[in-house]
Order: sequence, then structure tokens, then C-alpha cells
Amino acid sequence: MPVAPSATRPRSRQRPGDVLFSGAALAAGILILVALAAVTIFLIAQALPAFTANPADVSKDGRGFWSFVVPLVFGTIWAAALALLIALPLSIGIALFISHYAPRRVAVTLGYIVDLLAAVPSVVFGLWGITVLAPAMQPVYVWLVDNLGWIPLFAGPVSGTGRTVLTVAIVLAVMILPIITALSREVFLQTPRLHEEAALALGATRWEMIRMAVLPFGRPGLISATMLGLGRALGETMAVAMVLSPSVIISFALLTSQNPTTIAANIALNFPEASGIGVNVLIATGLVLFLITLLVNSLARFIINRRKDFSGAN
Amino acid sequence: MSKRIEVRDLNVFYGNFKAVADVSLTIEPKTVTAFIGPSGCGKSTFLRTLNRMHEVIPGAYVEGEVLIDGENLYAANTDPVEVRRQVGMVFQRPNPFPTMSIRDNVLAGVKLNNNRISKSDADDLVKKSLQGANLWKEVKDRLDKPGSSLSGGQQQRLCIARAIAVSPDVLLMDEPCSALDPISTLAIEDLIDELKSDFTIVIVTHNMQQASRVSDKTAFFNIEGTGMPGRLIEYGDTRTIFERPSVQATEDYISGRFG
Amino acid sequence: MALVLSAPPAMRKLSRGTLWAVVALSLLLSVGFFSLLVLSGASKDFNIVGAILVAVILYIIVTFGMSRFVEGRRKATDRLATALVTSAFIVALLPLVSLVYTAVANGINRFDGDFFNSSMRNVVGAGGGGLHAIVGTLEVTAAATVISVPIGIMTAVYLVEYGKGRLSRAITVLVDVMTGIPSIVAGLFAFALFALFFGPGIRFGIGGAVALSVLMIPVVVRSTEEMLKIVPNELREASLALGVPKWLTVVKVVIPTAIGGIITGVMIAISRIIGETAPLLIICGMSTSMNYDLFSGRMATLPVFVYTQYSNQGTDTQAYLDRAWTGALVLILIVMVLNILARILSKILAPKGSR
Repeated sequence: MPVAPSATRPRSRQRPGDVLFSGAALAAGILILVALAAVTIFLIAQALPAFTANPADVSKDGRGFWSFVVPLVFGTIWAAALALLIALPLSIGIALFISHYAPRRVAVTLGYIVDLLAAVPSVVFGLWGITVLAPAMQPVYVWLVDNLGWIPLFAGPVSGTGRTVLTVAIVLAVMILPIITALSREVFLQTPRLHEEAALALGATRWEMIRMAVLPFGRPGLISATMLGLGRALGETMAVAMVLSPSVIISFALLTSQNPTTIAANIALNFPEASGIGVNVLIATGLVLFLITLLVNSLARFIINRRKDFSGAN
Repeated sequence: MSKRIEVRDLNVFYGNFKAVADVSLTIEPKTVTAFIGPSGCGKSTFLRTLNRMHEVIPGAYVEGEVLIDGENLYAANTDPVEVRRQVGMVFQRPNPFPTMSIRDNVLAGVKLNNNRISKSDADDLVKKSLQGANLWKEVKDRLDKPGSSLSGGQQQRLCIARAIAVSPDVLLMDEPCSALDPISTLAIEDLIDELKSDFTIVIVTHNMQQASRVSDKTAFFNIEGTGMPGRLIEYGDTRTIFERPSVQATEDYISGRFG
Repeated sequence: MALVLSAPPAMRKLSRGTLWAVVALSLLLSVGFFSLLVLSGASKDFNIVGAILVAVILYIIVTFGMSRFVEGRRKATDRLATALVTSAFIVALLPLVSLVYTAVANGINRFDGDFFNSSMRNVVGAGGGGLHAIVGTLEVTAAATVISVPIGIMTAVYLVEYGKGRLSRAITVLVDVMTGIPSIVAGLFAFALFALFFGPGIRFGIGGAVALSVLMIPVVVRSTEEMLKIVPNELREASLALGVPKWLTVVKVVIPTAIGGIITGVMIAISRIIGETAPLLIICGMSTSMNYDLFSGRMATLPVFVYTQYSNQGTDTQAYLDRAWTGALVLILIVMVLNILARILSKILAPKGSR
């Protein structure tokens, strides 16, 4: 017992085996503290030179680290947000399909199939994105630019390869789909049966029952699932690195060959050849990415925990 | 083998909550003592202090003394693990280890403590303990089957065999029949009567007929109200308690007026 | 909420037959349209995905229209929702099917003895294989597992069996934080750590194992914690009451009871990290030759092999692409086998008998 409940009572004798074992368990727990502290400290230590170095060495335009990192941050958030926009409605649909539409026996198998998507390595998604999806989408992009080019999002000139930020967003959406689906499925299944039956007893159709009972109950869970999916999309590296034809710009255009790249992809593409201050700059961008995902994930946890407090089921 | 238990001014706490107050009693060797009383009166809590199982629950502690043949269980240098080897326990719900065979369940106390035991010694111990628990005839042909393959009553006797295999001096039973059917209950009650010749037995029960059937002495615990500590109201020969109780509350409880 | 009960326009209902007829009709129209595109030369190949998508959209519109007309607004909305929800599932299946199909179709070309028997040493163009990468992946993953599993399980033991108060809450929060670390950041961490001791050019296998451990530990902790929590308290009490010290109770009763779930969790965790590319790209680097030594020299791994085969295509483009796809296929197979094995093991090792 590491913490004595009351200091006034005599502690009973401890066996060496108990002391050793609980000590080892404690050490493992503390190692996690240390490891996380080490991640932060080492990243900061290696990133520091990027902030203090001569701006001319840091970026090509000579305006220093921040002007280098801002387009990357934009690209990271832009791609992840687009992915979320695509994945969220689909995930909710799939989760509802599994929890409330599919027959019970099939539902479990369908869940497995969606989980399989989560098991596919990201490099395979990247390969698929560039050899299958990008060429397949290219004619669609041409059509969009020709016919809807007046909308700024679809402004030309159209990319000749399909390796645009929209293709990346689709690949990312496919990758985060299983995460959001799995969590929202759980939440939907937890809807109190009484609420559902009450709605059905009032003569509601299935969809009205879902709108009245399931969705309101699951909203906090949905929000946190979304956040976790977003966190994953922000940090995803290989799919973006392989599919996107990158450049360092801030642009909302979805279909051109000039696409804002992401922090993670930029590191993966440039790290193997980087040297000197370049390494420090890349690590500094990694630190920025870490902070962004930390923020998003903490927000998700915060929402989950707050929900635990007032759900009051147990 | 069996030993005398003396309890002096025992108070039991869960954190700041006092669950049992001011219990003093003496339990003679080779007797069966029954603890009766309404739910929440602290009889199970008190039973668990007799082998220091109580303190497994975080924040729980004890004031006072429990002496077994004059040695205080709560002395500063006493090892709770040693205490529990001396004072065995059988729980409310049968809890054989699901990962072990019947044989390994009986040997659990030896094997889990990393003690070496030769095959023939182990065989003898298994046979002796299962015979002691009146289970040998029923399971001798399937000792390698999982313990959870037995019926509820058999599982409970397996748990008793497991407890007596470490040859304790005292056997504590916390409502051992409450999850069992009447026939299994009867088998356990017969067993208690036989075990009495080797062990000091303390049994908590909700069933007053059971208390009157199996025990030599009976202790009645009661509680004044929620949030109040449980207290020992009356302790004496079972016949006296059931036929001529000296306290009104005991009589009310025994005649079924509450609880 | 629009629950005003408008009287239903009689009890008319669309029959199942009608709905299936609509499905068939939409498919027919859509396939016809896309076939026409091919015949007229507007597109080269028949576009299956496009045909399915158009058919789905057609079906949704037609059923909504019919239902609105026959069954009324509320029922029509319900049908629309059903159609949308179902089609969401079908749409999500498209990439999975396409991905698996492509991986098998392209990967099968080089799924031969050579691929599993040779490295890329001195190979330019066709031939060669991924043996060095497969060995590297197995070594790095094994090392990561050896680091992560003891730490992960002991941390879970601490949290469930010993932990109280602030420290245990802090560790829980930090495990959550660790779960969210992007894989590339884990790679940078391993690099930053080892570069400090060995200089900035450091690339070796064990660094990759450390990076993967950062990703693996939180997964192992979480799953083990869940498993330890469902071990009934009665078993702990039974063991303690036999005079077994707490640590032996944990080692010999609690962990064996939960071992099925723990192993499943570990295998799932392995299947997550075995496909990681980004951290290995940074700290393991790439090599064309066999390197058995985790502690020195660049080490090829399967995911990085797939990536480099794709990104550094030589003159014989097709050979490189084939190798990339075969690598991808092998990766998918490994991950699938791990997942299936995990499910089977969890069934076998689940504590038998119910009480």
C-alpha cells in the first residue's frame, strides 16, 4: 500500500516480494511520466535553435521560422477540416446503420468490416490514393473546374494529376472514418431503450425516433469522437506525403496543382535529406503539430469527462 | 490445531465511517459460533477483521485487539499474510479459480505461494482435503476438470477444501450457503458439524434456523439506524439466545419481528 | 419536432417488391448511361464506382418522390433517412473494396519466391525482393513489443491494483495524451533523443523500436487496464484469504484470469504499429541490403520499403510499382492475420465456465 490511509496507525510489516512488485508497477507508471516529459523536453531542446537562428538560414524567403510554419499550419488544419467534413456525415450514417438499421446478427460483422479499414497501414492508403483515387478523381475535377469554376473553391487551373488537397482529404476521410464510426456506434447503442420505446410508442417513425432520442443523447459522444478523428487526421503523415503535390502556399482552392502541404507530410518528405539547422526547423514544426493535436485531444477528453459527470446512469 | 480467539474493544472503520463499535468477545476452540443480525449490522465486516481481510478494502482500518491464543493479530510486526494462513475464509459466493482444475484449486494455497510439494504429497493433500470437505467421492475421477464445471454446492465445498488444505486453525465462513439450494445447504451444514472437531469455526448467517442447527454459541449484532455503527448486542449459548434471550431486540429479531 | 399528426393519406404503403423494382431500375439506368459513355468514346473504361454512385442517388430520389406521393411526408422522410444511412455504409465500403482489390491485383505480380528470398542489394530495375524489409519490420516490431509490453502491463497493474490518488490520475491523463501523439512526432522524439548521444546522422533499428514503443505503450496500458478491471474482486479475495501475498495474487491469479484479453490487446497494438511508416522513415532510414543488427546501421522496414519503392522509382517504373504493391499486400496480410489471430486467441483463452 503506497499511501497509508491514516498516519496514526502502525504500518504492518511489508513482504519483500510485495515491495518489489508494487515498486516495479509504480516505476512503470512513473516511466510514462518521464517518457512524456522526455518527449517534450527533447523536442523543445532540438527545436530551440530554429527560433534563435539567423532567419535567413531558416527559410528560403529569409523571414524566419514563423513565416515558414504558418502555411504548414494552415495546410494541416485545412486538410484535416475537409476530411472531417467528408467523414462526419458518412460516419454518423454508418454508425446509425450498424446500431439501428442493420439486423442484429449482421451488425457485428459489419462492425468488424469497418474496423478492418482502421487496420490498413497508412502507407497502403497513400499508395492507393495516388495510383487509384487520384487518377479516378481527375476527370471529375476537370468537370468541376469547367462548370463550377466560378466558385472560389473550385477555381482553376485544374491539376493534371488529381494529386490535390481534395484527394488528400478524401483519403484522410477514409482513414478517420472507422475511428469516428466505432465511437459513435458505442454511443448510439447506449441510448436508453426507454427513450427509444417512448418515441416509438408516440407513433414516431424510425427516423423521428432517432432525431428525438438517439441523436440528442449521443451528441456529446459524437463531438468527442469527431475531435479524436480530427486529431488523427491532423497527425496523419504518409497518405498526405504520397498523394499531395505540395507547395508552401495558403490557398483555399481545392483542385489546383498548387496545394498547401501539412506539417507531418513536410517533415516526412524533407527529413531524410535535411541537415544542420534544417533538422531543427523540422523538429520545431513537429513540436507545433504536437501542441495542436494535444489541444484537440484534450478538448475531446474534456467533453467526454464532462459527459460522464452528468449522464448519471450509474 | 484449533485455537481460542479473544476480541477486545474492537472498532472497525471505513475511512471516517465507524462500521462496528466496541466489540469484545471470546470464541472457544473447537466450537461453532454463529453471527446473526439484520443486514448492514456489521457482522460480515467484523468477521473479516478476524483474519485481516478487512483491510483489503482501501481506507479500512481497525482499532483494538484480536488475540489468537494470546497473540495480537494487529500487533505492529504481524504480517497479515501469515494471519490469513492461520485463519482461513470461505465466502458468500463460491469462488473457485476459473483458470485452475479442481486439483489445482485445492492446492492453490500451496502453489500460489510458490511452495514446492512432491507429487505424492500433493496427491495426499488433495485427497485428504477433498475428503475433509465431503467432496472426494464426487470428484475423484475428474480432478483435472476446471473447478467451474461443478455445481454451486460442490463449488462451495471445493472452496472449503481449498481453505482447509493450508491447515488453518480457524475457519471463517461468510454466509456460505446464501447462494445455494436447500440440499447443498444441508450438505454444508453436515460438513460444518464434522469440521468442528478440527477447527474453530465462525459463521455469519442470515438464516436463524441454520444458526440454531449448526452453532454452539451465537452472537447477535444490531444497528441503531443508518450511519450508526453496528454493535454486539448479546452473546451466549445458542440455546439460551434462541430460547431465553436477555435483550428485547434479540427476541424481536429471533421471533421475526424485524430484520 | 414535427410530430403534428396529419391524417395519413389512407394506409397506402410502398411494398417491398416496388422498392426492389426501383433498385433494379436505378442500377439498369445508371449502368446503361455509363456503358453509353464507353461506347461513345467519352471515357475509356467502364466506371464501376461512378455507376454505383449514380444508381444510389437515383434510387434515393425516386423512392423519396414515390413515398412522398403515396405515403405522405413523414413516411417519405423516414424512407429518405433509411436510404441515406444505408448508402453511407455502401459508400464507405467502396474504398475498402477498391483498396483490397487493387492491392491483390497489383501485388500478386511479384508475390513470388524471389520477393521473399532476396533483398534489393544491387538490384536496379526488375527482380529483387523485400526479404530485408520483412526481416527489419519483424525485428523492429519485436523490439518495440519487448519494450512496450512489460511497461504497459506493469503500468496497468499499477493503475488497477495499487494506484490511488493524484499520481494514478496523472498517469491516466498522460496515457491519454500519449494516445494522441502523432506518429511522426514519436519519430522526431526518438531522433531527438538519440541524436543527442550519437550525433545528428544517427539511423538505426532500435531507434525505430523506441519510437514505436511511444505509440504502442498507451494502447497496451488501456487494453490491459480494461481487462484487469473485469477480473472479479472475489478471486483476489479468495487468493488473499489463502494467505497468498498481494503480488503473487496479482501474478498468479489476476493476470492469468485476464491473460486472453491482455494478449488480444497486445496483438491489436502490434497490428497498429507494424504498419507505421513515418517514424521509421526518420529514425531507421532505408537500406537496400540485409541488416540483422538492430543497434547499428540503417534498417529497411516493410512500410518504408513500400514508400521508397514508390517514391524513388527507377527507369523500369513497373518493376518498382509491382514491388511496392506486393509489399503493401504483405503488410495487409500480416495485419489481417494478427487481427484474426487476436480474435481467435481471445475466444480460446477466455476463462471457461460461468458462475
